[in-house]
Amino acid sequence: MSEPILSVAGVAKTFVLHLREGARLPVVSGAGFQLLAGECVALGGPSGAGKSSVLKMVYGNYRVDAGHIRVSEGGEVVDVATADPRRLIRLRAHTMGYVSQFLRVIPRVGALDVVAEPLVGDGVARAEATARAGALLARLNLPERLWQLPPATFSGGEQQRVNIARGLIAHRPLLLMDEPTASLDAANRQVVVDLIGEKKRAGVAILGIFHDAEVREAVCDRVIDVTAFAQAA
Amino acid sequence: MSEHPLLIAEGLGKNYGARLGCRDVSLEVYPGEVLAVVGESGSGKSTLLGLLSTELTPTAGRVSYRLRDGRLADLSTLSAAERRLLMRTDWGLIRQNPADGLRMAVSAGGNVGERLMAVGWRHYGQIRAEALDWLAKVEIAGDRIDDDPRAFSGGMRQRLQIARNLVTRPRLVFMDEPTGGLDVSVQARLLDLIRGLVSDLGLAVIIVTHDLAVARLLSHRMVVMRQGRVIETGLTDQVLDDPREPYTQLLVSSVLAA
Repeated sequence: MSEPILSVAGVAKTFVLHLREGARLPVVSGAGFQLLAGECVALGGPSGAGKSSVLKMVYGNYRVDAGHIRVSEGGEVVDVATADPRRLIRLRAHTMGYVSQFLRVIPRVGALDVVAEPLVGDGVARAEATARAGALLARLNLPERLWQLPPATFSGGEQQRVNIARGLIAHRPLLLMDEPTASLDAANRQVVVDLIGEKKRAGVAILGIFHDAEVREAVCDRVIDVTAFAQAA
Repeated sequence: MSEHPLLIAEGLGKNYGARLGCRDVSLEVYPGEVLAVVGESGSGKSTLLGLLSTELTPTAGRVSYRLRDGRLADLSTLSAAERRLLMRTDWGLIRQNPADGLRMAVSAGGNVGERLMAVGWRHYGQIRAEALDWLAKVEIAGDRIDDDPRAFSGGMRQRLQIARNLVTRPRLVFMDEPTGGLDVSVQARLLDLIRGLVSDLGLAVIIVTHDLAVARLLSHRMVVMRQGRVIETGLTDQVLDDPREPYTQLLVSSVLAA
């Protein structure tokens, strides 16, 4: 068996709300699982079970109180739980991508450039990055007349397709996806399913939240039930 | 990103008589990295920026800077002339009020060209060409090159101040509330411009702001200050999305959307 790309062990997280008299909001405790290259794993469980929180902890967006989140990068293993911020930035730049549910719009930057940005960051020449961004947006059926416009005024589904394209355009061995198909119609859902399949065949490990049962069945190899981690907290 | 910090502050403190400016601040900034210093008015963030940029003299601690030859120098040991040279060549300082950072009675081209002349440029045609190039980069029409900034809007003045500072290709830029006092639409344009230039030029930036949305958009890492001390540090999205300290939680929950 090959080495896992992601190995989570003994992770615990409690939010302390200082503005609510220090109320404690336990999220998870003793969370542990592993991901191998080329597999797609869904985080399962009802709303509020902590699926998004687990995803955010893996990305280093939420801090953890205990445990390890080990991500392998080349020959090195980085523990997201304890890595210093600059190491995390590098890990995100090379190894770990995140497709959030909503696009964080950058004022004045057009959709095509939003999508091309990760490639440019990887050192790909701007012309090639833009061409590849266009090809991906075309595949996701985003009308070409929108490409130069900042996505602020786009519909939810159009923004989500820009977001997915941005998240998938560059190669990252570990992808975290939060509801990538939530606001998409059937045709575009199928495009995303195909894109995820291509990533898997390229050896990318994917951890995601997929509420849509059809999508989940189509792309996921197994489901990790977060409820058990939440009950322990 | 390089493994050697460009600037290091250790145990930095400043008292104004009995009143505390800031106390025991230690931080590092690496090449190509944007560090945001956030906090409310009176939190000590502007004092800190003054100490880091040697505009203020610390009462405790020290600031070291890696010179172009790779040597790490304690800034207090540099002569006034050496510090001035550093200010003119290797550093930029964008002030909140462009009138404080520009020469208001000198033409736009002159404001940009002056920094070039300070680093030894002598050929008028080259200076003017470079100034024109930079005016274009900050989206100021070339036919305004001979106008002085008194005739410019607030947003244009701020863009001119950016051109004046970046023309000498500094490695480190200090920004003090660079979008403060501007209309929201003007802010967005300026932020996008700064964001593009910072990444294209690989600048290290220390930006002081009370605007968490500005910090989110521009910075990699963040330092939260309160009552003169650093109370929380971390990745920008981590500090904003999972703030740990009571004051940071208050700060984050007090804005509509950051």
